[in-house]
Formats: sequence, C-alpha cells, structure tokens
Amino acid sequence: MFKSVHDKPGKASDMTVFVNGAETAAWNGETVASVLLRAPGAERRSTVSGEPRLPYCQMGVCFECLVIVDGVASTQGCLVPVAPGMRIESQHGPREISK
Amino acid sequence: MTYDVVVIGAGPAGMSAAIQLRKAGIAVAAVDEQAAPGGQIWRGVERNAGPVSAALGADYQKGATLVEAFRDSGAEYLPATQVWQIEEGWNLFLTSEGKARRIKARAVLLANGAQERPVPFPGWTLPGVMTVGAAQILLKSGGMLPEGEVWIAGAGPLPLLYATQVLGLEGRIAGFLDTSKRPGLAALSSLPGAWRDIPGLLKGVRWLWDLKRSGRMVRGFSDLHAEGEGRLQHLQWRAGNEQRKVRADVLLVHEGVVPRIHETMALGCVHDWNSDQNYFSARLDQWGETSRPGLFVAGDAGGIGGWLAATLSGEIAALGIARYLGGSPDADSLRREAGLDERLSRARALRPFLDALYPPPAEHLADEVVVCRCEEVTAGQIRAVAKVSAPDPNAVKAATRCGMGPCQGRQCGYTVQALVAEVHGLPLADVSFFNIRPPLKPVTLGEIAALGDLEEA
Ligand code: FES
Repeated sequence: MFKSVHDKPGKASDMTVFVNGAETAAWNGETVASVLLRAPGAERRSTVSGEPRLPYCQMGVCFECLVIVDGVASTQGCLVPVAPGMRIESQHGPREISK
Repeated sequence: MTYDVVVIGAGPAGMSAAIQLRKAGIAVAAVDEQAAPGGQIWRGVERNAGPVSAALGADYQKGATLVEAFRDSGAEYLPATQVWQIEEGWNLFLTSEGKARRIKARAVLLANGAQERPVPFPGWTLPGVMTVGAAQILLKSGGMLPEGEVWIAGAGPLPLLYATQVLGLEGRIAGFLDTSKRPGLAALSSLPGAWRDIPGLLKGVRWLWDLKRSGRMVRGFSDLHAEGEGRLQHLQWRAGNEQRKVRADVLLVHEGVVPRIHETMALGCVHDWNSDQNYFSARLDQWGETSRPGLFVAGDAGGIGGWLAATLSGEIAALGIARYLGGSPDADSLRREAGLDERLSRARALRPFLDALYPPPAEHLADEVVVCRCEEVTAGQIRAVAKVSAPDPNAVKAATRCGMGPCQGRQCGYTVQALVAEVHGLPLADVSFFNIRPPLKPVTLGEIAALGDLEEA
C-alpha cells in the first residue's frame, strides 16, 4: 500500500521490527502505524462487527491504530516512532488493559 | 513540577509562543504528542533531507528555522507526551512511555492544532481508505509513497499540494475525484499568492492537465462507494445516469480541517459556531484567552488560519500570557511595535476566499453508512434515535454508544450534530456538540497506578 522512497534494491532497511512475530523492515522516522500499513495481517478487528481496520488519520484522532507495543496495550501506534527490535502485536478490541 | 506556563502542542503556534515567553523570562514547558517538534506541517523537518525535503517544498523547509529557535529557547520540551486531563487551577495530567504524571502551571496555552474533517461515506472504514493528511504524514515520517492504483477524493488546498509532492518523488496517482464546487481546483492553482512554490505549482497544473486529458479527473459525481473484500479493491460513483467503477488500492480523502476542541470543550469554555466552515471553536479575546481565565488558545486550534497565522497568533498569545501573569505591562506596545496585527491580517487575507471556494460538503448520508467508526453506529440508527429525542447529540450518544469509543467523538461528532439538525429541521448552529468529559485520551489502570506512586514520592 505504501513504500518508502528510501527502500531501494540492494539497500538495507534502517531497522527490523516484529509485527505479530514476523520480521518487518522499518525506516527511521516512521511510526508504528506506518509499519502496520504494509505488514501482512496487521489489521485490527473492530470491536462490534469484527471487520478489519487499519490506521486512518495518522495524527492521533481516530484510534484505528491501537496496538500492543512492547507489551503495552492500547498504544496509539501513530504517536510512537519505530525502534530497532520493537515488538508490535495486533490488538483485537480497544478496551484491553495493559498486561 | 510547577511552571509559569504549559504550552500544549509544538507546532507553529506552540513553538512561536514558547520562544516569545522565554524571551520574557517566563518558565515554560512545551508538551507535544510527537517525538520531535514541528507539528503536522513541519513533521520530521529536522530529519528530512535530500529529495524528500525538496519535494515537500519551500514552506516545509521554512519550519527548520523555527524548530531550531524553539530548541534553543530554554523551554522545557516534553516530546511524545499526551495530556489526558486538564484541571482549572492548573493541573495537567500527562502520560509518556506508559507512565502518568502531573504538572502544574499558572497559565495554559492550547496550541494543539487541527484535525481533518471526518466525512463518512460507504466503505470509509475499509483498509486502504485513509485521509490525505495521513498520507502526507507518512511521507514526512518515513518517506512513504502510496503504491498501486492510488485515488484522491475531496477538495481543498491539501490534496493538490500532496499530489505535487508525490509527483515530485516520481510517485503516481491514478485519478482525482474533485468534490469542490465549480470553479474548483483549477481556479485555486491559478490564484496569485496562493502558491509561492512555482515549480511545485507547475507540477500540479501539469498533473491536473494530464488527469483531465486521460479522463481521470472526475467532477460532478455523486454516491462514492469504496468496496472490497477485507480491503479496498474498487471505487464506484455515479456520473449523470452512468455508474462508474475503477480498480483502487489506496483512496485518500480530504474535506478540509477543523480545530481540535476536546480540551476547551471538556473545560466548559464558551464556543462559537463558524457557519462558513461548520465547526466550533473556543471564543477568544484579543490575546487568545478563552472564557476560562488563564487558559489561552493559539493557532488552528482557535480557528483555521494556516501555519503563518498560527505563528503570529502564538506570539500574540505569549504577550497576552505575560500580561496575565503580571510580567508584561507593555504587552500592548510590544504588540504594536512588532506589527503583529497587520501581519496576522495579511496572513489571513486569503482565508475568506478559500472558505468560499471550499464549503463543507453537504451530501445526504445514506442510512447504512457507518458514522461512528469505534462503536459502528450507522446514520440510520442515529436518525432513528434523533427522531424520538430532544435535538441533542448527547441523547444519541446515550442511546447508541455513538461517540463513546476511544476516539470520544473526534470522528463522529460533527456528523451526529448534522444528522440531529437534519431530523429536527434545525440550523446546524442550533445543535450543540457532544458533552466532552475527561480523560481526553483513554488511560490505562497501569498508568493511573504509576501516577499514585509519583504523587507519594
Ligand atoms: S491512525 Fe488515527 S489515531 Fe493513530
């Protein structure tokens, strides 16, 4: 859906993060919500109908990017920059409390 | 921690205000959700270089100077920090890195900007559909370009600006569904003074021409649907008597921006209705002070004016706050000497034209369209409740849970207001917004527990 202009053949990514356990290339400056747009199966399930959702606003006002980041649930992924080795897990339902 | 002033938001208005306040020797903390200063307009300006920075254009690059001055101002900068409650007096409850804490201030400046106006339509919740602003943030953050069949639908300066930026980086856009009233986008691009970035403008004009020639510039359409199995795959719309269908991987939508008002609403400030652009904003005096003494607003959060107007209203609010705190008896003369009012009215000169050119959309919403993304409440459910209750969005909220999800009505608020007005045959201005209650952001029990530890320590 999106691809970084820095993503060129033969060029290593800036870092690797883990989305639901899968190694995923990531780029300096991008947020968790940006990575979700290209990681297969990273959709959130809506709480009522269970429909797949992805980040919509990227600016903190839609809450479609709620994920578990390094164990912290209900994190707004669009407000968190990626960091090497970060563990991102899908969260199904917005009302889970931190583990 | 106690400060003289806490500024919320480190965009054009917040940074300008913090710099001015520091010049007056006032102790400032600047709290911002983002990890680096700049706000949405100058997001990533310290990091972006080379082709990305060039494509983002001259107005983007200008942000670097202000960001540097902000970094050097001596304001205590609290990045990646969210404000989830503000109590008069002033206590601010913050969260960063999963931990909550409280800070105190003698005055508060809200400079938290705007959000894109949410406009529901069938399929807007599908993965692959997002806002133009979101796509531009992705570009500024990780240099992301949309891939595949990329469509833009909407109106306003941002879609054209974003399209020229994408083209500048050799990206592709399949087509544009222009929802503006005639004379539309082309008129805007020919406006003298609207676009100081000439190469960017030429790219935009060439793009519009190419689209028109290829038939992928669509005007005067209705009934836009986004469709697909689990993700966006097609767009459909009606043009005259014909039904059109195209393949689409990404749809970017934009119908203007509206101020962020949850903070001033939660604090019970007096708000006014802007009937040109259909939004509420806090009523401000000539220094940017709200009806709550010591609470100030600057920049787009107080009414949409763009980044230049935001920097100037930030400087004015800083003088007003210094005056409020008793440290600046000469605020009036400083304001005059700096020519702040003339510069502000010049910065806002184009606004009435833009407002007239891009009125808020008013297409009828079909009953089956989801209005509340969080609780999945449809327009039909909202109409049904509105018919049997007082003309009050809070009645709809209580009966349907619409606006009770994590976004707290940031996405559905104005749509519910419009549906209630429609059902009761009232002007929009006569229907209120949801009552907004703290916390302003969902807070976890873990964060609140951490707050208890801190308070005892
Ligand atoms: S993408 Fe909308 S809140 Fe994060």
